[in-house]
Amino acid sequence: MSVSKPVCLSGCFAAILWVSPAAGAAPLQYLTGAGDKADPVVALTWGVIVISLLVIVVITALLVGAVWKKPRLVMAVGEKTAIGPAEGGHNWLWIGVGLSSTVLLFTVVWTVVVLAKAITPATKPLVTIEITGKQWWWQVKYDSSDPSRVFITANEIHIPAGQPVQFKLIGGDVIHSFWVPQLSGKTDTIPGQINETWLEAKNPGIYRGQCTEYCGVQHAHMGIVLIADTPADFRKWWDHQLQTPTIADALGASEFVAHCAGCHTVRGTIAAGSLGPDLSHLMTRTTIAASFPNDGPTLARWIANPQSLKPGSLMPAPEITAQQRDQILAYLETLK
Amino acid sequence: MTTVSDYERAPTVAREDPQLAQHLEKMWEGKKGLYGWLSTVDHKKIGIRYIITAFAFLVAGGVEALIFRLQISWSNVHLLTPEQYDQLFTVHGMTMIFLYAGPVLSGFSNYLWPLLLGARDMALPRLNALSYWIYLCAGIFLYSAFFLGFGPNDGWFNYVPYAARAYNAGPNIDMYALGMILLGISTTVGAINFIVTFLRLRCPGMSINRVPILIWGTLTASAANIFAIPAVSLAFFLLWMDRNLGTHFFDVTAGGSALLWQHLFWMFGHPWVYAIVLPAMGMVSDGLPVFCRRPLVGYTVVALATVATMVLGFGVWVHHMFATGLPGVSLSFFSAASIIIVVPSAVGVFAWLATISLGRPVFTTAFLFFASFIVLFTIGGVSGFMTGSVPVDWQLTDTYFVVAHLHYVLIGINVFPVVGATYFWFPKMTGKLMDERLGSWNFWTMFCGFNLGFFPMHISGLLGMPRRIYTYGEGMGWDWLNLITTLGSFLFAAGVLLFIWNVVKSYRYGVSAGANPWDAPSLEWATTSPPPPYNFTVIPNVASRHPLWEDRLEDPERKEKSFIGVGLALDQGKETLATTSLDAEPDLILKMPDDTLVPLLLALCLTVIAVGLALVNWWVVILGGLCTAISIAAWLWPEAKLGETAVPAVTERGNG
Repeated sequence: MSVSKPVCLSGCFAAILWVSPAAGAAPLQYLTGAGDKADPVVALTWGVIVISLLVIVVITALLVGAVWKKPRLVMAVGEKTAIGPAEGGHNWLWIGVGLSSTVLLFTVVWTVVVLAKAITPATKPLVTIEITGKQWWWQVKYDSSDPSRVFITANEIHIPAGQPVQFKLIGGDVIHSFWVPQLSGKTDTIPGQINETWLEAKNPGIYRGQCTEYCGVQHAHMGIVLIADTPADFRKWWDHQLQTPTIADALGASEFVAHCAGCHTVRGTIAAGSLGPDLSHLMTRTTIAASFPNDGPTLARWIANPQSLKPGSLMPAPEITAQQRDQILAYLETLK
Repeated sequence: MTTVSDYERAPTVAREDPQLAQHLEKMWEGKKGLYGWLSTVDHKKIGIRYIITAFAFLVAGGVEALIFRLQISWSNVHLLTPEQYDQLFTVHGMTMIFLYAGPVLSGFSNYLWPLLLGARDMALPRLNALSYWIYLCAGIFLYSAFFLGFGPNDGWFNYVPYAARAYNAGPNIDMYALGMILLGISTTVGAINFIVTFLRLRCPGMSINRVPILIWGTLTASAANIFAIPAVSLAFFLLWMDRNLGTHFFDVTAGGSALLWQHLFWMFGHPWVYAIVLPAMGMVSDGLPVFCRRPLVGYTVVALATVATMVLGFGVWVHHMFATGLPGVSLSFFSAASIIIVVPSAVGVFAWLATISLGRPVFTTAFLFFASFIVLFTIGGVSGFMTGSVPVDWQLTDTYFVVAHLHYVLIGINVFPVVGATYFWFPKMTGKLMDERLGSWNFWTMFCGFNLGFFPMHISGLLGMPRRIYTYGEGMGWDWLNLITTLGSFLFAAGVLLFIWNVVKSYRYGVSAGANPWDAPSLEWATTSPPPPYNFTVIPNVASRHPLWEDRLEDPERKEKSFIGVGLALDQGKETLATTSLDAEPDLILKMPDDTLVPLLLALCLTVIAVGLALVNWWVVILGGLCTAISIAAWLWPEAKLGETAVPAVTERGNG
């Protein structure tokens, strides 16, 4: 041990923390926040980090001081030395424990204050989104008092920026955890109960998230993309999602129905399966399979051999020819 | 014919002498050969077996970790399949937490307790043997599943519904559940043994305010285990029934509850965390002062803090469940409890610091491990404090920050003290000193490797890396941190290898240690190294916490003098002394059992039941049950010579 170690460590620590987000290199970091729910938590997080680093530095310094301040005693095996003193040292305990307790109590109070802010939003959310965690993707349902405005999508969540949004979290099979670190901490989706959470994005932008409760072999590929739009854009996006996609490719559409409709829905067609994600407007999403880029080659690979991209995925490899695959691919690319 | 008077006897007081020693040796030495090896009930042999077995599991768990670290040392590595990765991290956790961390402390405590307390064995020697054999059987049972390709794959805390048959069809979870139930029996009987030993086997004069802190640590852990283990054994049994008999305890589609599992598991899980660190903290509280040439500062407060930690430890389990959607009021309560539990830990830290500061440190390897532990304990403590704050925990939980935290706790507060304790007590166990130069290399390699490997995990956690992902894409900002972590973990593993090498080398070629190489104060150093099978020729009689330092320690509270070489002889068979629970006044002469195969047989029979349940073959279960009943009958068969003998008159303490 040396005094410089924790100092050095905390230096590196701070450097990495500041550099990485600045470079946009750590999309899941939560040391900066981007909304009303995250901000007080970020302050508390930095607060406890600073307290913790200080404690480590102080204790290490005390230890190093205690160890090094005296001429070193060297003992031969079995040698007897003077022993003592028998008493004393209680001031260390009273002062040390007293100071620690003060800091701890302060943290408890700060925690409870932040907790109160984080549990309920300042204004009542106008939008409620129902998220169902499934192995290994997210079903996203937009609630509305007007049934004609309810729709289902997957993995990518649009919200209006600048206002709190309510989330209902449902466990679709096993337990998952819903987490968009820049905006809010985690809340589990647990079968048999409906959890609620909320979040707010101050500015329009793309926020990454991820499942954080271990849920099986593809737990690693259960990403979330959360897009905050301006309220006007959000409205426009919602309206667009409600539309029935136009079928421009009848051949591909029939192949899709023949091979994919058991699990997937494309609204306005007889494809109405609900085991897999709703694909009605697939091309408006930036990712497929809850983690991979939504581009031609990846989509083609995913359709032909899902297990090569996401081993253990519940999507079976369809028994199709290369030609059929291309027809399905061409059809999917029309689902804008 | 035995008569009543045979069970009442005023024990004779004798002086230590070779003739008496020879007489005791004849009665206490175990049988030779394979039979002797399988039938021993000697706490020292059982303790060393525990330690060696636990270290074997530590090595296995370490190798597993090194393999899966390679898989995540950079983005998009294709070395393991997801299923292989999942089994490896689960078996790693199971191994380290259940098969290493707890048992290694049981091993040290088994070995040391009677020596620290001035007794000739544990109170229930056969139960002690049973505890070890079941542990070994459970370990083999769990690992055989892994080697057959169906190791547990749901993480060590095994959440439902992923652990339910519907999502996890193979035998993996059944084997894990049954193995854990089996292991729970071992821990429970071990805990009972420690508690009874504490209450009855302290030598005359060793009132409860004179026992070493290690005794407090293990006692507290044992008392907690008695309450905590039933929760987890029950949970695993209910799960096994859900999976095999069609019950619905955790099946939400039929009115069961998924959160029930989490409550049952963590009601056990959190106290267990304290159970696998408190005895290790006790080792430091006893070992560190020896190398500071003074008594521990604040003995009473540290002992009370040990107990307080555990009491509070039963009220914090929900901090593992902050993200499960519990109401704000209960979150606030458990958050406050989780932060306040740091207070008793702070007592320990400042007591150790004060002891070093007000003492004269001697730089042995054991001292390096004990002293550095204070820093690692602090880092593990403050990261725990951070996760205690609910809103912060909502971010930290299930990220690598928690992985960093739990490794600072388990390695920092268990492995470092245990390795330090090995350097400290190895001379007692073997009569040989460990190599100090190699020890220094061993320490610095482990210390640097550990911090290099595990400190960066805090940062990858703060940068959002989730636990238990078998891979991650590029551009997440975690690559370099993971590479450093992997390199550090290999360096740490090299340090552990140096330790093992030092143990083997010192065992063969080590310098002779003598009875008390460190000039330490407690009773285990009053007997030879290694101790004879009967530990003490005469039962010691103590008048202070530091019987071997009394001649040099000004202690105003001490009125009398300890007697080490003069005391009760108890030479009419395998005997040791039972004393009263608080004041340790002589009470009974206990007749100790001979070596016996019955504990081994009972452990095997219980394992047969577990195998039967794993196969869902009721004939095997019934066979195992019958054999178990026969073994227990054989165990409990009354033997006249094991009748307890009362000490009739009040024996004068310390009369010589």
